[in-house]
Amino acid sequence: MDIKPTSPTSPPPQDQPPLAVDKAGSTGTAARPGDRIFLAFSRGSGIALLVVMAAIAIFLTVRATRALTKNEGSFLTTFEWAANGAHPNFGIAVLLYGTVVSAVIAMVIAVPVAIGIALFISHYAPRPLASTIGYLIDLLAAVPSIVYGLWGALFLVPHLEGLYKWFDDYLGWTGIFEYNDGTPRSLFTIGILLAIMILPTVTSVSREVFLQVPKMHEEAALALGATRWEVIRMSVLPFGRSGIISASMLGLGRALGETMAVATVLSTSFDIQPSLLDSGGGTIAQNIASGFKEATDVEGSVGRDALIASGLVLFVLTLIVNGAARMIIARRKEYSGANA
Amino acid sequence: MAKRIDVSGLTAYYGSHMAIEDISMTVEPRSVTAFIGPSGCGKSTFLRTLNRMHEVTPGGRVEGKVLLDDENLYGSGVDPVSVRRTIGMVFQRPNPFPTMSIFDNVAAGLRLNGSYRKNELSDVVEKSLKGANLWNEVKDRLNKPGSGLSGGQQQRLCIARAIAVEPQVLLMDEPCSALDPISTLAIEDLVGELKERFTIVIVTHNMQQAARVSDRTAFFNLSAVGQPGKLIELDDTERIFANPSVQATEDYISGRFG
Repeated sequence: MDIKPTSPTSPPPQDQPPLAVDKAGSTGTAARPGDRIFLAFSRGSGIALLVVMAAIAIFLTVRATRALTKNEGSFLTTFEWAANGAHPNFGIAVLLYGTVVSAVIAMVIAVPVAIGIALFISHYAPRPLASTIGYLIDLLAAVPSIVYGLWGALFLVPHLEGLYKWFDDYLGWTGIFEYNDGTPRSLFTIGILLAIMILPTVTSVSREVFLQVPKMHEEAALALGATRWEVIRMSVLPFGRSGIISASMLGLGRALGETMAVATVLSTSFDIQPSLLDSGGGTIAQNIASGFKEATDVEGSVGRDALIASGLVLFVLTLIVNGAARMIIARRKEYSGANA
Repeated sequence: MAKRIDVSGLTAYYGSHMAIEDISMTVEPRSVTAFIGPSGCGKSTFLRTLNRMHEVTPGGRVEGKVLLDDENLYGSGVDPVSVRRTIGMVFQRPNPFPTMSIFDNVAAGLRLNGSYRKNELSDVVEKSLKGANLWNEVKDRLNKPGSGLSGGQQQRLCIARAIAVEPQVLLMDEPCSALDPISTLAIEDLVGELKERFTIVIVTHNMQQAARVSDRTAFFNLSAVGQPGKLIELDDTERIFANPSVQATEDYISGRFG
């Protein structure tokens, strides 16, 4: 056995870390303790996020597959959700339709109003009024969704009948605005409620973007003889375009996934109503919340797995929507204000 | 096309702070007038009162008269928006609309003023870009974003945008301060050509530039920080630089100040 003399000059293996630090230092990477801690922390956070996302995706996929292989109906076309028991028969069509339609209605109502409020706060209102409104809008975001649900069910629903009769009178010929009397616990009501719920999110993000429009862009329009509205059209809205899209996506995410308010208000049924105003239908998140208690996974039943399969659809839908939004933003990148 | 500017007793405020006090001057049509003076002396503020841009700043207000030929820009029935349509402005930093193409940038003012037929629009865009000595550089990429041009090109694009609406007066607020010497020279040459058609007022920190491009030069100064800026002297550029009648002007242009 050859024992080396332990001299202070011979580098023991423990010297590896300092060596690595030297190397890192020479390539410009963080070398000081603070930097290393922060680097480790932020890198760890990034990895943690990926791990959580992957865990959710794997969980959803595995459990969904179990349900789908036992499904005796067609997952895409069956208008039925009978997943408990020996002969599971369920399909996503009604829920997907309800989810998408109510979210789209919410967007159509909320986004223009939110942009209007945001512009009023950022460009029209005198400062004290603007900050008061901004505060109230932020407050709206803090109301729990079950409270919106209760308000929707006990206040909004009874007060919408008149509006729906008016819709029926003037737009009934379109088919989708036909209203057959009854309590309007319908997808359109859900859309209105969701619009109110996502309004604060879309408004706050848009307002921040509008406030960041460089003064020189607005002055360029002003100096050409633009009125206030023309300044907004020429410089504020184009500059804020990608911000408005991001804001809308945040709102859409909430609208797609909203559970309690929908479950409280909607009168569910497993069919697709031709009219948006008539009660019936359902959404994915609402169906999971309503069905989870009765769903079982004992003795080969796939009740819960079926609900998880619908959750996977919602997960994928959200990914697609976000991806599409990013593509829209990226496509006109060279025209964005970023390189000005 | 070009009109005379007649300013009398003009005082501008930011809130309660008086920024410039009691300025009177005349700017002849088809001439270049340069404003020089130390930072904070109010020359940019004064320039912005000439097209009513000053009042866009919160708290900004103006007393006095600015006559464009015989029309008072601050008269009771005058709409500031229409004032700005007749008096164009070029800013310190090039500010083309980042979301618009080169073509749309030049056409922006025309589209504000009313409807134009498509071919009419492209004629005006071509003429304006030629007028700004930019046509040859951008004629093959009119549909590309204006923000992709170099700083000097962007500034000439902004000049093209300003002259496309055929203004009576062109105000330039240190148009070369963000540009390199070659781009600066291009803008200066352009100013020399544009004065055939427009009344030009240019604010500059560069005294050689004032001497090169202007027919008349106005020197602004303020007696102390916090005091309002005043017009010290306005005269032919040659006289201002060779033989100014006020000692403060001579001190400033020869570097003996402060």
